[in-house]
Amino acid sequence: MAKEGGFKGRDIISIKDFSKSELLYVLNIAKRMEKSHNQDLLKGKILATLFLESSTRTRLSFTAAMERLGGQVMGFATAGVSSLKKGETLWDTIKMVEQYADVIVMRHPIEGAARLAAEAASIPIINGGDGSNQHPTQTMLDLYTIQKTKGKLEGLNIGMLGDLKYGRTVHSLTTALSHFNTNFFFISPEALKMPDEYLEELKEKKLRYKEVVDLKKVSKELDILYVTRIQKERFPDPVEYEKYKDFYKLDKSLLPFFKSELKIMHPLPRVGEISPELDNTPHAIYFQQAGNGIPVRQALLALVLGKIR
Amino acid sequence: MKKELKVPAIREGTVVDHIPSRATFKVIRILDLKDFEHVISVVLNLQSKSMGKKGIIKIGSRFLTEDEVNKIAVLAPNATVNIIKDYTVKEKIKVKIPDVIEKIIKCSNPQCITNNEKDSRTKFYIVEKEPLKIRCHYCERCMQREDIELV
Repeated sequence: MAKEGGFKGRDIISIKDFSKSELLYVLNIAKRMEKSHNQDLLKGKILATLFLESSTRTRLSFTAAMERLGGQVMGFATAGVSSLKKGETLWDTIKMVEQYADVIVMRHPIEGAARLAAEAASIPIINGGDGSNQHPTQTMLDLYTIQKTKGKLEGLNIGMLGDLKYGRTVHSLTTALSHFNTNFFFISPEALKMPDEYLEELKEKKLRYKEVVDLKKVSKELDILYVTRIQKERFPDPVEYEKYKDFYKLDKSLLPFFKSELKIMHPLPRVGEISPELDNTPHAIYFQQAGNGIPVRQALLALVLGKIR
Repeated sequence: MKKELKVPAIREGTVVDHIPSRATFKVIRILDLKDFEHVISVVLNLQSKSMGKKGIIKIGSRFLTEDEVNKIAVLAPNATVNIIKDYTVKEKIKVKIPDVIEKIIKCSNPQCITNNEKDSRTKFYIVEKEPLKIRCHYCERCMQREDIELV
């Protein structure tokens, strides 16, 4: 359960739980982590990874983050091997795992699972994704990447492209960027538009946004283009998915429509939305973005375990 | 003109008035009256100038807690709760929606943990009072009054 004030013992469940200054604090610690090599900072600490839905990047980068700080990792990668499969409640699973570990990172297909786990646990819970709801550490590494590549977060023109309806990364990133006076450009097919509740949030904060279907209409204005995959697993109807899966394909033909400083991000995995021919252009920063998961997750682990104050 | 009583008066207890007709039985559920032993009178579809059709519940020998009164507001935002003593109205309370609604409402998102984990309790925060908009503490989805179903 989260403790009041500071980060020691705190759960990382939803980006909505963090103020602007707290987000900036995490990014600052991440920067410190990237520069220094604190190989023993988390020595003697154990991270339990409970991944009840498949994940490559999140699980591996948490593992790398923990091990590079001298900590140890235990856990499982699919629901099939856990006692949840035998009908154990999530509550009981968490009550058991907290006996063995100092911090838990979990991914769960059901929305709100991480919040419930945090109520069950007396050790910090880090949400590594709960269905289509939240994935706060992804959002923090996205912010870190933008800050690192642009030198600032305030007042940027940020485009988000693809599935803006079901994509949790774009929802959380929109919420987080709303602290930084961002000009938003939402680029999506009509049926996969950014949900109204996020647009309402922006209106309330008096932030500017534009919604378009054609990327070329706004691409020259963008500092960052955040591309997302059209996620098959989030579509209730497979026929709908087939209609939209190849809606956007970024390749070299678009280069004349980009500002030279435009950077392209993607939470990965990509399917066909960014051609590999863009990988070696100065626009592509999606692999560095994945790499930035390490210092950000190192920072979060060290903070919630009370090793940095 | 003498006002005709549509429901027998109670000597002591509570009268919940101005409930939208279709929400009346839900209010009975919220107040957990199914095993209640004293008199309960329920009237539906009474003509009301302000709300068209309304419901009234009269509960003999029972006074509601503040928490119960506020729960009623979730389903019947314009309800009034009258405290009756000796056949007369001693106090009239206007219901007020609580800031947090716990346990009574079901989350409308089938993918929410509260619909998937045994014995879990629900919790909602009020985002807007009128028109009512509430957010699930767990899955963070928003619901409106028409989506509200009791647990």
